[in-house]
Amino acid sequence: MAAKTSLSAALQKRRADIQAMWSRQLTEALGGTQKGRLSAEELNQQMQQFMQVFSAAVESDRLDDINVPEWADVRLFLDDLSRRRALAGFSSDETATFIFSLKRPVFDVIKEEASNDARQLAADVWEATLLLDKLGLHTVKAFQKAREEVINRQQQELLELSTPVVKLWDGILALPMIGTLDSARTQIVMESLLQKIVETESQIAIIDITGVPTVDTLVAQHLLKTVTALRLMGADCIISGVRPQIAQTIVHLGVDLQGVTTKANLADALALALKRSGITFSKS
Amino acid sequence: MERIPILRMGEFLLVTIQIDMHDQLALTLQDDLTRSIEKNGSKGVLIDISALEMVDSFIGRMISDISAMARILDAKTVVVGMQPAVAITLVELGLSLAGVATALNVGLGMQHLQRTLNELNDDSFIKR
Repeated sequence: MAAKTSLSAALQKRRADIQAMWSRQLTEALGGTQKGRLSAEELNQQMQQFMQVFSAAVESDRLDDINVPEWADVRLFLDDLSRRRALAGFSSDETATFIFSLKRPVFDVIKEEASNDARQLAADVWEATLLLDKLGLHTVKAFQKAREEVINRQQQELLELSTPVVKLWDGILALPMIGTLDSARTQIVMESLLQKIVETESQIAIIDITGVPTVDTLVAQHLLKTVTALRLMGADCIISGVRPQIAQTIVHLGVDLQGVTTKANLADALALALKRSGITFSKS
Repeated sequence: MERIPILRMGEFLLVTIQIDMHDQLALTLQDDLTRSIEKNGSKGVLIDISALEMVDSFIGRMISDISAMARILDAKTVVVGMQPAVAITLVELGLSLAGVATALNVGLGMQHLQRTLNELNDDSFIKR
């Protein structure tokens, strides 16, 4: 069967050569960096797989566009590869090297197989370089996407981790807040606290802001909103863990916390909450 | 015409809002409620809005209006069972319902009314 392009001809005839050269190039380019993250066998296997899907796609004679169905297998393979590299902690250039190091072997083979027509050779090399560039860019794009997914997931987890509502006593809930408060977080904190109030029928909620580094007007605004929402539902709110620095800031900012009960630490707040619930302790 | 039923429980009136409020219904309720307070000489009004899932600024204002009207007629108002979403909406709308007493559920609201009434009775020289 006559090959349609010189690239597919080269791949058909000299696939083993290309792969051997590629392997050398890739190991050289990556140096010792893949050590521990990727074994030589694994890398070999990935190269083998790529050559297989790549050859099949090249046979289809659609070298101008990699977004057509003929290239679906190659794209899928690269997506998977990039995701795995991203998770294993490779950098984007290390991941892209996988494709770009294929250039030299392919060019060399095309050159060796070429007739003496310089124009034809230049055209063939140009075609191959365009194709490999596209594949390389696709790899980087997939890598980026995988990294973004990881970041998004971590953000979500951080958000959930940082807003636990704990029950201190029958009818007393506490919300230890840690980290900077922004609108998105306050919204989630507010919703989860109010939901918990409904579920447990608690009448008192203690918001502990020991872990909040700074309070500015916006944060104070958010706190006041939460307190008001709690009051509307019929629960009382105590804010505890106000550090001296924060107390000063609040007064300097002119924020009015008149209607809000505040305590210096969680213990005082709990004592007040218990007193309001009519619970007393005595030492035996 | 639709009406929201007003139940009489001793000295108190119980209003349970179980359907989505529209403006005319709210005005009718205001009318009916003030009349009932006057007729029965009620000392407390309990408005249960646990089934209310949506509010707008008009309904929010109506709640605080009813409370203010009842106060003028010498009755205490307690709003009970507000849903979290409703509370958040009211806060975002800037309606904090200052001066309106609230409670988590009907039981606690009733206790609250009873307590305030007892305090009032303790102060007055006519014992009921």
